[in-house]
Amino acid sequence: MTVLNALVRPGRTRTLAAFGLAAALLLLAPVVLSPFRLDLLAKFLCLAMVAVGIGLAWGRGGLLTLGQGVYFGLGAYLMAMHLKLADAGPGGVPDFMLLYGTGQVPGWWEPLRSPVSAILLILVVPAALAALLGWAVFTRRVRGAYFAILSQALAAAFAILLIGQQQTTGGTNGLNGFRAFFGYDLADPVNKQMLYLIAAGVLLVMVAVVRQLTVSRFGELLVAVRDQEDRVRFLGYDPAAVKVVAYVVAAVMAAVGGALFVPIVGIISPADVGVVPSIGFLIGVAIGGRATLLGPVLGSIAVSWAQTSISEQFPSGWIYFQGALFILVIAFLPGGLASVAGTLRRRPAVAGLSERSPA
Amino acid sequence: MSDLSPAAAQPETEIDLAAAEALLGTDTSRFRHDYLEIRGLRVEFDGFVAVRDVDLTVTQGDLRFLIGPNGAGKTTLIDAVTGLVRASGSVAFGRTELLGRSTHRIARAGVGRTFQTASVFDELTVLQNLDIAAGARRGPLTLLRRRPGTPEAVEHALETVGLTALRDVPAGVLAHGQKQWLEIGMLLVQDAHLLLLDEPVAGMTQAEREETGQLLRRIGSQRVVVVVEHDMEFLRSFADSVTVMHQGRVLAEGTVQEVQNDPAVVEVYLGAPAAASDGAAAGATAGAVTSEAATSEGELP
Repeated sequence: MTVLNALVRPGRTRTLAAFGLAAALLLLAPVVLSPFRLDLLAKFLCLAMVAVGIGLAWGRGGLLTLGQGVYFGLGAYLMAMHLKLADAGPGGVPDFMLLYGTGQVPGWWEPLRSPVSAILLILVVPAALAALLGWAVFTRRVRGAYFAILSQALAAAFAILLIGQQQTTGGTNGLNGFRAFFGYDLADPVNKQMLYLIAAGVLLVMVAVVRQLTVSRFGELLVAVRDQEDRVRFLGYDPAAVKVVAYVVAAVMAAVGGALFVPIVGIISPADVGVVPSIGFLIGVAIGGRATLLGPVLGSIAVSWAQTSISEQFPSGWIYFQGALFILVIAFLPGGLASVAGTLRRRPAVAGLSERSPA
Repeated sequence: MSDLSPAAAQPETEIDLAAAEALLGTDTSRFRHDYLEIRGLRVEFDGFVAVRDVDLTVTQGDLRFLIGPNGAGKTTLIDAVTGLVRASGSVAFGRTELLGRSTHRIARAGVGRTFQTASVFDELTVLQNLDIAAGARRGPLTLLRRRPGTPEAVEHALETVGLTALRDVPAGVLAHGQKQWLEIGMLLVQDAHLLLLDEPVAGMTQAEREETGQLLRRIGSQRVVVVVEHDMEFLRSFADSVTVMHQGRVLAEGTVQEVQNDPAVVEVYLGAPAAASDGAAAGATAGAVTSEAATSEGELP
C-alpha cells in the first residue's frame, strides 16, 4: 500500500492506537480529577457527542447543520420528562406542574413514564424528525447556505415553542431538580462517577460508529455526494437518501448527548437548545477539524474546557476569545487544527506526485 | 516516497482494448438490440425554446456523432435525455420511456453520461471513483462495510482505461485526459448501455484522441453511443453517422460524407449562402467546418 493510500484511508493501526489512548485517558480521569472537574468533563463529553455527529454530517457530508440544538434538546427534554415523572412516583405529578400548570400530567407525557419506552423514544423521536425533515429538504435539493439557514430557523422555533409552553415544558426555567437517574440517587458521588463512565463509553462507541461509516463504501459515497452531488445522481444513486442517513445519524448522536447531559448537569432549558448553543456545537468541530475522525471530539472538548477556565479567570473575556479563535481558524486553517498535522505529512507526497504527473 | 514511483514513473497511460472486451462481454440480454428513440422532443426555458421537434434514432453498432454550432442544443438534448431538464415529447431506450423519470432512475435504466468538464470525485482515489460508479445497486449492508477487495468489473475498467498503476491516486491529481478516461471507465462499470459523451476528447493530445476513438468504436459495437464533439478530424476518423443540430432542430443526418456535402449544413457553418452556391464550396467544406468548429471552441486544431 502506498503512502497516499494510507493518508486517504485512515490507517487501522494508527486509529486503534489513538482509540486505546483516548480510552485510557478517559478511564484515568476519575482518579486525577476532583468530583467537580469530573462532572464538568462529563458535561463536555455530552457536548462532544453532538460534535461527533456534526463531524459526520458536515465534515464528510457537507451538511452545515446549524440546528443540532433541536435534536440535542429533544433527547434532553425527553430524558428530563422521564426523570421528572420517575421522581414524582407512579401516578405522581411533577412539582413544576403543580406550581404553574393544571396539576395534571398531559397525555403526551405519559409514554415517558416507563424507562424502556423513554429510552426508545429518545432514540426514535429525533431519528424520525430528522428523517422526515431531511427527506423533505434534500429531495427538494435544498443545500448549502439555504439548508444551514433552514436548520437554524428550526432551532430558533424549537426554543420559542419550549418557552411558550410554561405549563408542560417548564418554560424559560426548563426542567431541573432531578433526584434520581433510573433509580440511582444523583446526589451520590459514586453515581455521578458512573454517569461519567457511561458518557465516556457512549462517546467512544459513537466515534467507532463514525469511523466505520467513514471507511465503509457509504463513507466514500458520502464524500462523493458532498463534492459532486449531480455526478452521483447520474451514476444511479439518490443523493437525498445518502444525506438523510448521515443527517439521521448526527441527530441521534445529538439526542443521546442531550439525554445524558440532563442527569449530569441537572438542568435543561431553552437556553441550552436554541440558536446560540447550536452554533456553539459547530465551533468546536470547526476548530478541531471537521473532516477528521477525532478533530470534532477533541475540538469540542477543548473549546468547552477553554470556555470554563477562561470564564473563571476573566468572566467577560470568553466571548471575545471564542470569536477570535473562530475567525482565525476559518481564515487560516479551514481544515481545523487537525489539518496542521495532516498538512505537514501530506505536503511532500503530493508535491512529489504533481511534479511527475503530466500537466 | 519511494513507493510512489511505480505509479508516477509510468511513462504513459494507455487504453487497453482487450480489457474492454472482458467488460463488454458480460452483456445482459436485457439490453441486447436496444436503441435510443427520440420523438418530438421539445425543451423550453422560460419561453425560450432550446430544443424543438427533435426526432433521433440511434442503434447499437452505430457510433453517432452530434455536432452543431454553439447553442444548437446538443448538450440540452443530453440533459433532457438524462432527466436534468424538463422536456416534452418522447425519449425511449429499449422499452423504457425515460421522460418524466428522475435522474437516478434514468441512470438505473442503463443510461450514462459524461460532462464537458471532466467531473470525477477529486478527493477520492481512482479506485474509489470506479467502485462508486459500479455500486448503484448495492444494498445497505454492503454499503456499510469496507470494500473487501477490488470488484472484477472495476479491475477490468482500470485496465481498459490504463489507470491500473494510478488506482490509489486521488482523482483530482490526474491529468486532464486521464480524468476523461476515468469517466469513460465509470460509464463502463456503471454498466450503462446508452452512453452519452459530451466532448470526450476535448483537450486531449493527438495520441490520446486516437486511443479514445478506438475505445469508443469498441464500445459502440455493443452499446448505443452518442458523442457530442467539435473536433472534425476526430469525427471523420471515427463517426459511423452524424446528426447536425442548429437552433434546437435537427438540420441534417447521415454519413460524414453526406453531411459534409449538405448545402444546409455548409450554410450554417459558413453563415453565407453565397459561399455554398460557389462551385468550389463542396471541396472546401470539410476544411471550413473544421476551422469554424475549432475557433468557436477556442481550441487548437
